[in-house]
Amino acid sequence: MSEGIIEVSDSSFDAEVVESEKPVLVDFWAPWCGPCKAIGPIIEELAGEFSDKIKFAKCNVDDNPVSPGKFGIKAIPTLIFFKQGKVVDQITGMVAKSKLQQTINSIL
Amino acid sequence: MEKADYDLIIIGGGPAGLTAGIYAVRARLNVILYEKLVPGGQIIVTDWVENYPGFPEGISGMDLVDKMVEQAKRLGLKIENNEVISIDLSGQVKRVVFPGQTVTANAIILATGAHPKKLGVEGEDAFIGKGISFCATCDGPFYKNKVVAAVGGGDTAVQESIFLTRFAKKVYLIHRRDQLRATKILQERALANDKIDFVWNSIVTGIEGSDGLEKITVKNVKTGESKKLPVDGCFIWVGILPNSGFLPDAIKMDEYGFVITNHKMETSVPGLFAAGDGRSTPLRQIATAVGDAAIAAFSAEHYIESLKN
Repeated sequence: MSEGIIEVSDSSFDAEVVESEKPVLVDFWAPWCGPCKAIGPIIEELAGEFSDKIKFAKCNVDDNPVSPGKFGIKAIPTLIFFKQGKVVDQITGMVAKSKLQQTINSIL
Repeated sequence: MEKADYDLIIIGGGPAGLTAGIYAVRARLNVILYEKLVPGGQIIVTDWVENYPGFPEGISGMDLVDKMVEQAKRLGLKIENNEVISIDLSGQVKRVVFPGQTVTANAIILATGAHPKKLGVEGEDAFIGKGISFCATCDGPFYKNKVVAAVGGGDTAVQESIFLTRFAKKVYLIHRRDQLRATKILQERALANDKIDFVWNSIVTGIEGSDGLEKITVKNVKTGESKKLPVDGCFIWVGILPNSGFLPDAIKMDEYGFVITNHKMETSVPGLFAAGDGRSTPLRQIATAVGDAAIAAFSAEHYIESLKN
């Protein structure tokens, strides 16, 4: 796990994400998913750039089925942006880093 | 004469771009490859590749990508993550424009590939990630013991439908014709698979649900009859479209936007070459992308040489 990205589970999801003071970006992924692995480095770069303003989290949907179920996730990679516990944006599939930077800037 | 930053810029990091890069570094060209996402292209979402020689048992798309990237990097190919906004081909030195930066080269290889076509049905966008999917390896495991639909009749549709039967209890394979277009070995496997129910001569005309996808409307194009199929997911593999939106009109393309080349992979603009799925070509495979790219790199090398004389 890279520095600046926390791993969240079904049991820690509420405390780490929903109740977080800072906005949170959760990367829902699974080990079977090629595009999820592929975007990993992009998320790590973004965590380097924005970690003072946003909390970066990863949720392995294989080990933690409850949290993705709550948000109706049936496709990965899915990134969900939370602000004060509410979903403010959601992106499914591989997208360019520039698009993610724009999204982060728009919700900050 | 204006000096360019590079001999060659390769745009796109799928099999075509990576192969062009391998040939170009070995030709000792001053070359860089730009990829807007991550290297790999469409094979990242390919479950299993068994028609690319050298892997007798087949290989997963992701593993093949890793090997190609590793090979290119070992040989010294410079790969950068950046998205091209436009290219300017008006001078001999070509300009590739990025957000906040322009990079120049004497030659460019377009290896920009393609992306999956959508159905164009109302509701499709709203359910992407909530039942509508384009990637079986990513999303298949969400449908354990569920019922899913798959739309299409080509290699991708048939191969990925077979993959989905590992998870789903039933896969409706919806195709607008009365026979599949996929290669015979895939057809045989699909037809022999008990979990695949074929819905022939049919197209999807409607998508419904509340929080997630619940039903699709399927219309038989022969009889005109429509029926609703309750499904938990719908996978769409109805073909691809070229990633050519940023290219200037000076480049000759076919009616769908695929770049036209001759047998040397030269486009209508001198010094601009194309390879892979983004090229106007009768077959789009990893093997054809790799073959195109070797020729494109060879032609680019000769073009760059010719400028020096």
